Amino acid sequence: MSIAALAPAEPGISGPISMAIDVHAVSHRFSLTGSQLPVIETLDLSIAPGDFVALLGPSGCGKSTLLRLIAGLERPTSGSILADGRPITRPDPSRGLVFQDPTLFPWASVWKYVATGLEARGRLREEHERVDSALALVGLEAFADAYPHQLSGGMAQRASLARALVNDPALLLLDEPLGKLDSLTRLTLQAELVGLWQRNGFTALLVTHDVEEALLLSSRVIVLSDRPAHIKAEFRFDKPYPRHRDDPDLVTLRRSILATLGLPT
Amino acid sequence: MGGSTGLFAAITGGVAVLFVILSPIVPRLGGTRDLLLHYGPWFVAVGVWLALWELTTAKFGWLPKPFFSPPHGLLNVYVTDGQRLLICIGYTLRLWTLGFLSGILAGYAIGVALGWSKRFSYWGMPFLKLIGPVPATAWIPCTFYFFPTTFGASVFIVALASGIPVAILTASGVSSVNRTFYDVGRILGADNWYLIRRVAIPASTPHVFVGLFMALYYSFAVLVVAEMLGAKYGLGWYIQFQTAYSGYANVYAALIIMAILCAGLIPLLFVVRDRLLSWQEGFI
Ligand SMILES: Nc1ncnc2c1ncn2[C@@H]1O[C@H](COP(=O)(O)OP(=O)(O)OP(=O)(O)O)[C@@H](O)[C@H]1O
Ligand SMILES: [Mg+2]
Repeated sequence: MSIAALAPAEPGISGPISMAIDVHAVSHRFSLTGSQLPVIETLDLSIAPGDFVALLGPSGCGKSTLLRLIAGLERPTSGSILADGRPITRPDPSRGLVFQDPTLFPWASVWKYVATGLEARGRLREEHERVDSALALVGLEAFADAYPHQLSGGMAQRASLARALVNDPALLLLDEPLGKLDSLTRLTLQAELVGLWQRNGFTALLVTHDVEEALLLSSRVIVLSDRPAHIKAEFRFDKPYPRHRDDPDLVTLRRSILATLGLPT
Repeated sequence: MGGSTGLFAAITGGVAVLFVILSPIVPRLGGTRDLLLHYGPWFVAVGVWLALWELTTAKFGWLPKPFFSPPHGLLNVYVTDGQRLLICIGYTLRLWTLGFLSGILAGYAIGVALGWSKRFSYWGMPFLKLIGPVPATAWIPCTFYFFPTTFGASVFIVALASGIPVAILTASGVSSVNRTFYDVGRILGADNWYLIRRVAIPASTPHVFVGLFMALYYSFAVLVVAEMLGAKYGLGWYIQFQTAYSGYANVYAALIIMAILCAGLIPLLFVVRDRLLSWQEGFI
């Protein structure tokens, strides 16, 4: 695997390696026919550059919505979101997003799909080997020419991950990226994700429903309330990697997080 | 009109002899055997059809002349008027090619614009919906005014008939593209131009092909009308000319050629579609 090729390109070309995010008093509501659905309620959140933050919360509380707001795909109803101090007004290749459902292009081979980010910015010719590295990283080299309907659900999700990584984002937004994977691939990819984050130094914001995954990967877990989402609890911990699931500190943390989520420990 | 009776008898007799010879050796033929066996029922059906046709027309006269013509009457048209029919085919193909290609290209471009741009669709869609159902003949007066040559007017009529279904289906295809595909593109730094070329266009291709198949049929259906506009040759012109002089056998003969041309182009379009849409599930 030539993961090294996915390291940030020369400094100055690819911009900042990591990114600070400031979510300031953000509220968001959707208009359904005739009524308003408040999804996020005055949420404040600061993420330091290079942090790995995990976001937990009940289903339908607004986690994906928050990621879409930070990505710039939508504008919050009120409040502001800053990336390195500048307001986010639209999507930018420096902020990568892995969607909850793998949204591959049915008409594009895996290689073409992963290359989209480079092609859209006119960089494919110079940096096409980044596509191969990204595919190698997620273990899809052999399926470079496959079409989406020929992939399993987990392979599709890995292709989505490669697609986001190829742009060398300073912020990686991950919406339950490993949710559909078998436990073995999941463990491998968790380790890869940490390795990638350590090497490249980007900021990571991971939505997950798996408390253990949050504890293995991040150094800060944020628990959101039921809809409309606000921050219900926050856990910070500093543990070296690789971490072990049986680590007594993590086991204790897991109990208290599950308790905040209102689940049996 | 009975001039080709002998020739027709010779051909059908020859084919009959061929099948008689084939029947004992078919089981021993390799690849062609399956092909022959597959189309076997059709060979029988065609034979029965020709027999019924001869009986009802030439033998008993149930279907009277000149409105109906026996098979050997049609054959006679090809024998005696073949030269002129060939020229007509050439002229018709030229008209059809120019009209169809310009029509689908314009229709495609308009369809993409209608499907992509809300403003374009606001102003353009009502026009398309109004123009769509208007029969091609209705355009003849104003095309005569706008086009310097009658050939130009004919091309326009064919182009219009092929362009409208392509425009409508392309527009509906582009506007129904899954929004998250655009989100993926935008996240990766794609501009609108990239999204149109690399997302909207490939995603809508299956719709476009439905429009193309419709365009193929409509363009053939409108050929006769298009060649009313003072053409000197062409299958449509030939059909009108012969209808006026009650040469119904000639009309049928030309209609058969048209049907064969259209039917021959459909597999071609299928080949193009299968190449472009090989990514679709169930295609590979
Ligand atoms: N485009 C939209 N229009 C209207 N309502 C929406 C839209 N997107 C999301 N919602 C609503 O917002 C709420 C939060 O949705 P969101 O997808 O952010 O939840 P989530 O926390 O990601 O849930 P899950 O864990 O199940 O993925 C849901 O009630 C959903 O119905
Ligand atoms: Mg979600």
